[in-house]
Amino acid sequence: MSARTEPKIIQYFLIFIALAFFGLFIVLPLVCVFHNALAKGWGIYFKTLQDRDAIAAMKMTVVTALIAVPLNLIFGVVASWAIAKFDFKGKNFLLTLIDLPLSVSPVIAGLIFILLFGAQGLLGPWLIAHNIRIIFAMPAVILVTIFVTFPIVARELIPIMKSQGNEEEEAAMTLGASGWKTFWLVSVPNIRWGILYGIILCNARAMGEFGAVSVVSGHIRGLTNTLPLHVEILYNEYQSTAAFAAASILALLAIFTLIAKSIVEVAVRRGI
Amino acid sequence: MNKQSITSFLMPFIIGLAFITSAAAENKVTLLNVSYDPTRELYQAFNQSFAQNWLKLTGTVVEVNQSHGGSGKQARAVIDGLEADVVTLALAYDIDSIANLTNLIPKTWQKRLPNASAPYTSTIVFLVRKGNPRNIKDWDDLVKPGVSVIMPNPKTSGGARWNYLAAWGYALKKWNNDENKAKDFVAALYKNVPVLDSGARGSTTTFVERKIGDVLIAWENEAYLVANQTGKGEFEIVMPSLSILAEPSVTLVDGDADRHGTRKVAQAYLEYLYSAEGQEIAAKNYYRPRMESVMAKYASQFQKVELFTIDDVFNGWKAAQAKHFADKGIFDQIFQVK
Repeated sequence: MSARTEPKIIQYFLIFIALAFFGLFIVLPLVCVFHNALAKGWGIYFKTLQDRDAIAAMKMTVVTALIAVPLNLIFGVVASWAIAKFDFKGKNFLLTLIDLPLSVSPVIAGLIFILLFGAQGLLGPWLIAHNIRIIFAMPAVILVTIFVTFPIVARELIPIMKSQGNEEEEAAMTLGASGWKTFWLVSVPNIRWGILYGIILCNARAMGEFGAVSVVSGHIRGLTNTLPLHVEILYNEYQSTAAFAAASILALLAIFTLIAKSIVEVAVRRGI
Repeated sequence: MNKQSITSFLMPFIIGLAFITSAAAENKVTLLNVSYDPTRELYQAFNQSFAQNWLKLTGTVVEVNQSHGGSGKQARAVIDGLEADVVTLALAYDIDSIANLTNLIPKTWQKRLPNASAPYTSTIVFLVRKGNPRNIKDWDDLVKPGVSVIMPNPKTSGGARWNYLAAWGYALKKWNNDENKAKDFVAALYKNVPVLDSGARGSTTTFVERKIGDVLIAWENEAYLVANQTGKGEFEIVMPSLSILAEPSVTLVDGDADRHGTRKVAQAYLEYLYSAEGQEIAAKNYYRPRMESVMAKYASQFQKVELFTIDDVFNGWKAAQAKHFADKGIFDQIFQVK
């Protein structure tokens, strides 16, 4: 952009609006979280984070993400590969189905699993008879998290794969590579940034999900609470500092994933 | 993809599995107490005391896990499979619902423990801001135009149902049992409610932390907790001329406790609520104890007030629930007219 014809005042005005918006909606709330978390000093901050229930909630959140993200990653890569690189009947229907969790409210997502696995639900009596606990326990939290994050990786990869076209895969196949080899050596390297970005988004949503998890968790302290639920509990118990301390951990997790992303980006660019 | 990258790809799963198995390997008796909203502080203290007592008596370590929420919502969760060993809810009707919809609890549950299975009682009071700027003295002051009243939703909160019935009982007494007048009065009251939270604790947070409203209609214990501890010096309690005797009920969830093999310790847990120690902990958390010696000790803490019971005025919970809170009941009619 060389020829800027707008008057200076409009340029500054637009820049001001963008920065003000950014500050008001992103920076200020973030600062507020850390300000409140540290309101009573670093000592109290670390003490509230060492609370048994807080540690259990963090563990729960991390385990949930560690299980949900890889599963959705496998599904997302495979599904987007099939959708972007091949033509088959019912492709549009499959696309719509993948998007379903995005269009369903998280509360409904939670209720679906209660209707399915709850004691009064479809599979409930069988599960109880076999002493398998799903609802109001960790499996349900993981299941709903997988459900709500289901489309994220696939949605990220499909446009990238489509824009790249099929030429490289066709070349590989012509030269005698098997489908498996083509996938690992040609398709996957081309979409590694999409994969990374998908993982980051998926992870952020998996760790931050509140609504659906709230419906199926049963809110048992130290057992089935995730970090977002723990934040709500602390806030309701008038422990604002502890609540914001826990919230700051969630914010830190988000910041760390962004930093990790930039580090990997730089490293890969140098490697090439 | 070489072997190394496959291993690194599977690493998260392996770590995840290790976490889960380590959590399952803990060895001690655990109970789950599914309770309503404002009992968080009560059961925190009570669980500790019970665990010490049980360790002394039997040598076993017992850990009591807690789940809190609106009473109706919590009952629903137990019905849907939240495996509670005991439930300690805001009112008998919610436990009746569990007994009616599942076979986890016998229908005669209320006769198994003394005092109709309610080890402590409470009532409904008003909490106002310091100096009582709106000069709120009794129920009549709440329906005045411009007064903003905070209370939770009777559909999901047990405390809110007690609030509603207390107001109704007051209006019936004032207008000599004229039901239409009572309905108008309660309708006028709900017109002054700007936010209906789903549980008692949500309403308290709205009033105390978000500073919305002139008066909070709340459990006596919740009001004292705010006035004496969390919001010390900023609030005052106003005792209305007439209120309701609220009897939060407790019971063993036989089906779940038997499956967990925890019947004995769960039963002991509930009985401990009736012991001198248990009653004292209840009183310290501003619940009115049943034991007279403990009540005498803490008498200065509880203001004298005329109380009516749900059986006197409403013919028990079943009738009150069907008439007032069921779908298309009086509460629905009142709240639609808004």
